[in-house]
Amino acid sequence: MTQVPSDVIRTADGTPLRLSLQRTQFQSRLRALMLVLPLLAFLTVTFILPILDMLYRSIDNRIVASILPQTTVTIQAWDAQGGELPDEAVFEALVRDMQAAFKDKTLGRVGRRLNYEKPGMSSLFRKSGRNTRKITEAPFKEQLLAIDKRWHDVSVWRLIYRESGATTSSYFLASSDLRLNDQGEIARQPEPRRIYVTLFYRTLWMSLLITALCLLLGYPVSYLLATLPLRTSNLLMILVLLPFWTSLLVRTTSWIALLQTQGVLNDLLVFIGLVPEDARLQMIYNKTGTLVAMTHILLPFMILPLYSVMKTIPASYMQAARSLGASPFTAFIRVYVPNTVPGIGAGCILVFILSIGYYITPALVGGRTGTFISNFIAVHISESLNWGLAAALGAILLAVVLVLYLLYDKIVGVSNMRLG
Amino acid sequence: MALPVHFSSLEKGWYYVYRGICAAIFVFLVAPIFVIVPLSFNALPYFTFSPEMLSFDPAGYSTQWYREFFTEDSWQRAVQNSFVIAVFATLISTFLGTLAALGLSRSQMPFKAAFMALLISPMIVPLIISAAGMYFFYTRIGLTSTHLGVILAHAALGTPFVVITVTATLTNFDHSLTRAAASLGASPVQTFFKVTVPLILPGVVSGALFAFITSFDEVVVVLFVGSVEQRTIPWKMFSGIREEIRPTILAVATLLVVISILLLTVLELLRRRNERLHGLSAQ
Repeated sequence: MTQVPSDVIRTADGTPLRLSLQRTQFQSRLRALMLVLPLLAFLTVTFILPILDMLYRSIDNRIVASILPQTTVTIQAWDAQGGELPDEAVFEALVRDMQAAFKDKTLGRVGRRLNYEKPGMSSLFRKSGRNTRKITEAPFKEQLLAIDKRWHDVSVWRLIYRESGATTSSYFLASSDLRLNDQGEIARQPEPRRIYVTLFYRTLWMSLLITALCLLLGYPVSYLLATLPLRTSNLLMILVLLPFWTSLLVRTTSWIALLQTQGVLNDLLVFIGLVPEDARLQMIYNKTGTLVAMTHILLPFMILPLYSVMKTIPASYMQAARSLGASPFTAFIRVYVPNTVPGIGAGCILVFILSIGYYITPALVGGRTGTFISNFIAVHISESLNWGLAAALGAILLAVVLVLYLLYDKIVGVSNMRLG
Repeated sequence: MALPVHFSSLEKGWYYVYRGICAAIFVFLVAPIFVIVPLSFNALPYFTFSPEMLSFDPAGYSTQWYREFFTEDSWQRAVQNSFVIAVFATLISTFLGTLAALGLSRSQMPFKAAFMALLISPMIVPLIISAAGMYFFYTRIGLTSTHLGVILAHAALGTPFVVITVTATLTNFDHSLTRAAASLGASPVQTFFKVTVPLILPGVVSGALFAFITSFDEVVVVLFVGSVEQRTIPWKMFSGIREEIRPTILAVATLLVVISILLLTVLELLRRRNERLHGLSAQ
């Protein structure tokens, strides 16, 4: 044991103070951590693992290899670029795989999976599955080619070859309106299948527009609330908080009642005579519907952070500017507005983040032209059942949101977030 | 606020224009919420005012949609599901969220910012992504189409609100109070329940209210994780708007507005209590 210098301060039981302090600090750190741990564990299972699962599904490609196990192994020996059909061994493997998968009723899943890449694959597998039951002995190649002439097409085999790995980039490519062509090069999707880039642009553009509208409407109101005496502003604040606390579906429903062609607003316009009876305005089930309803729904999220920043700006700043000769307008623009920039940043990022991921309101009032990327994610999960594509679209959306979230954290600090 | 006497006529004019603009924005904020209240008493199955309603003819009004809501089995089950799911989700998220907030507010907490960012993320991640992930993952572990699955999912979505409100209360927390309690001989447990809990209670309650309303109002996750057995009020409203649009939805919406007014009142009272308490501790 090393000699401890005698000038070291010791606690009552003789341990050096430094060590004892370190131990206490370690223990209190551990205690703090133990308090956070239950929630962390809970969120890991209920929230974080699900998100990771989704991310994994966007590249997961085990379906081909698990249903066609022999084919995906034997096809590796084939020269995919050669332009020749694979040899007998690969055909035999495919026939055996198809027979097994047909019996397990899993063949349709491979067909559907490959159909995302090449239309017609689903029917090819369905037809071949039914007919390969009769094939029992060689030559497998000739018999399979006789069942369907599409097996003569080298690109079908190239597709199976390409998708035989455990992961695939094809969902992400499809999300960007790209695909791998027969040569395995990245190419654009054919014209009618190019929808997602437009959709991402639309989601971003509409979200920007909604954010701008919220700022435009939220700034004057926040300024009024921040400059009025507390008693009055607290009363007016209720008008902001009531929509904030009202069910999202209630607010969406009321916009339907207000905006639809036989709705309150159109009735009013017809009554006043601004709009003829036979030319009622189409204000809902399109972009306008989404814009109006979402601006209404997200406006409190702009007002609250703006108000809390404006509240901290002393009135003396403006008075000083005025006394130094600035006009009210100049004082406002040059002195007041720059002081509210943190609030503008916080409100805008918050509204933008909430808006690009919105699902319910666009689904109900967006019609065909006012829907967002979220609506397509939902369609791919529950209707077209292309979960991989849904996951890839979701992963891209998530990446955008997380970047903005980090930005928000940098500007505002997540721990400074206040509610209501 | 009286108009300052030194204002020029231009300034006066602008002052009234500005007030007018603000009034219009306030109308935009609340009018859509209140317009559904009279509409829900419509005798006809329309989403607009009938001529009878506008002339205040009693025949134009009816409470049939409320009767339908209170008597129809599927709506009543939805009410039951909504409350059961929201209450259990709130209990879970309030308990876990408060614990975590207590840990996060300790000065010794390591990686505080990173943990905070992670624990708040369920509030930031778009609901459709959470719903998709939960649907995929809960299918693997057999939690889809169960009440438990929806409760757990809603609890996860509610925790950020509890964490935020309780940490906010704790930032103003005077730690000398707990030290005083300890020096007067209270055990840590006694200190916690007799000193800490009463002081952070407003934060806990308002966090719980946020968690409750999050679950009560949530529809995306229920749509994906739940099935018909778990249908809640928002689920019924969503499918109602999509399929056959009936004024029963307006009656439900009116009742929900009443609930949110009640919630808002409770929160306002809590806020005042909190202000009063801090006013006292500042003296």
